[in-house]
Amino acid sequence: MAIKKGIEVSIAAAEAVKQTNVDVVAAYPITPQTHIVEHLAELVNNGELDAEFIPVESEHSAMSVCTGSSAAGARTFTCTSSQGLALMSEIVYITASLRLPILMLLANRTLSGPLSIWNDHSDVMSIRDCGWIQVFVENGQEVYDHVFIGYRVAEDRNCLLPFMVSLDGFILTHVIEPIEFLDQEIVDRYLPPYRPLYSLHPDHPVTLGAFATPALYTETKKAQDEALKQAMPHILKGWQEFGDLTGRYYHPIEHYKTEDAKIILVTQGSLGETACIAIDDLREKGEPAGLVKIRLWRPFPVHEFKEAVKGAELVVVMDRALSYGASAGPLAMEIRAALYAEEDRPRVVNWIAGIAGRDVAPEDFLQMIQQAKKMSGEGYEIYGVRE
Amino acid sequence: VAKPEHEITWKELNVGCVIDEPGNAAVYRTGDWRSQRPVYNKDRCIRCGTCYVFCPDMAIKIIQDGYIEHDLYYCKGCGICAQECPTDAIAMKDEEE
Repeated sequence: MAIKKGIEVSIAAAEAVKQTNVDVVAAYPITPQTHIVEHLAELVNNGELDAEFIPVESEHSAMSVCTGSSAAGARTFTCTSSQGLALMSEIVYITASLRLPILMLLANRTLSGPLSIWNDHSDVMSIRDCGWIQVFVENGQEVYDHVFIGYRVAEDRNCLLPFMVSLDGFILTHVIEPIEFLDQEIVDRYLPPYRPLYSLHPDHPVTLGAFATPALYTETKKAQDEALKQAMPHILKGWQEFGDLTGRYYHPIEHYKTEDAKIILVTQGSLGETACIAIDDLREKGEPAGLVKIRLWRPFPVHEFKEAVKGAELVVVMDRALSYGASAGPLAMEIRAALYAEEDRPRVVNWIAGIAGRDVAPEDFLQMIQQAKKMSGEGYEIYGVRE
Repeated sequence: VAKPEHEITWKELNVGCVIDEPGNAAVYRTGDWRSQRPVYNKDRCIRCGTCYVFCPDMAIKIIQDGYIEHDLYYCKGCGICAQECPTDAIAMKDEEE
């Protein structure tokens, strides 16, 4: 029977990684990711996890080690935050182009400067175009579950892409939540051993990471883009089969009270749980409001998103990152672009909120929704900034 | 290589652009890069082999009796052989000539 226990989300995440019987862990400690890798180091040291734990000298090295070990056919895990992701970003792009199914937990933290350790999404948005499958989760259970789902989808022979799970730093990583653990037997049934399509082995020499001339480069990029787009059915299958085993079903776009909603709030990550309270409040007052949560960020589920906001007149998009000097925050930009070709499109109002650890409470969502009714569908506003 | 690279479609590429045919770099005609070609004067050659040692692309072959021959399929025209030759037996000429 599955056991439910109160546990720090970071520790639960590390325990999930252990349950996947990972071969190689390479990571460099950075707040707020630290507890995840520290616990994995303990598990390896105590002999509870038979894996290589490689304590590297930087995140650039961490991702380089991961790329090498995954290329050699090992199930590989890494974990970082903020500046760490920025430092590894060069290799993050290469991993996707090599189609290596590495799993990364990204404990979201703002990018400096000023120096800050607190949460927002500026780190993940900085590598939005890196070619990984990118998923947002909103509570500890979803973090735990997506360790298994991540490998299952990434290692699928027809998918073969690295998988990144964004979890809000501190808000998720450092809280104790009730989490239902999977029996090892269920994990083993869901997640078969990794069988690489190609691997670095002297008996079957291959070249990974060769250069491509202008005569071929366009074709390589088309192939990579198609691979990410075609990952969608494998992601859906991974979620479906996980749901069939555990009763917890996940979707590219999660809905909350969107039936007949004229006003739809859009969030990513842990903001979703708080936003539900605001939506409940509005519904009680008879306002036709609903919530749409973007779980799958790449490949972006354009079709599912359009369906989710169908019939809405006002869409209020919460961005937890700025794109300095742009027309909107990264999420609102994506959404406005996705809806542009629709004849009957809603007005899309964009708020930037929750920057670098500033709390966004249910009252704040209510404020933003009320103000949005009077705002145009152009540009963006930073919520709560002192003038 | 089944096809020249400018004919390969995106669907024909291996996953991750992996090259599973070891040594196929030998097919790549680096001689196309050349703007100057080496011209060899056998009469001045003392068969010392200096050019053979210095050629960074192994595009010089030692033939019978110790004389040499440039392999223009790979020679990029860098001119190192001409520079190092102690008897000026190799001269670089523009490709247009």
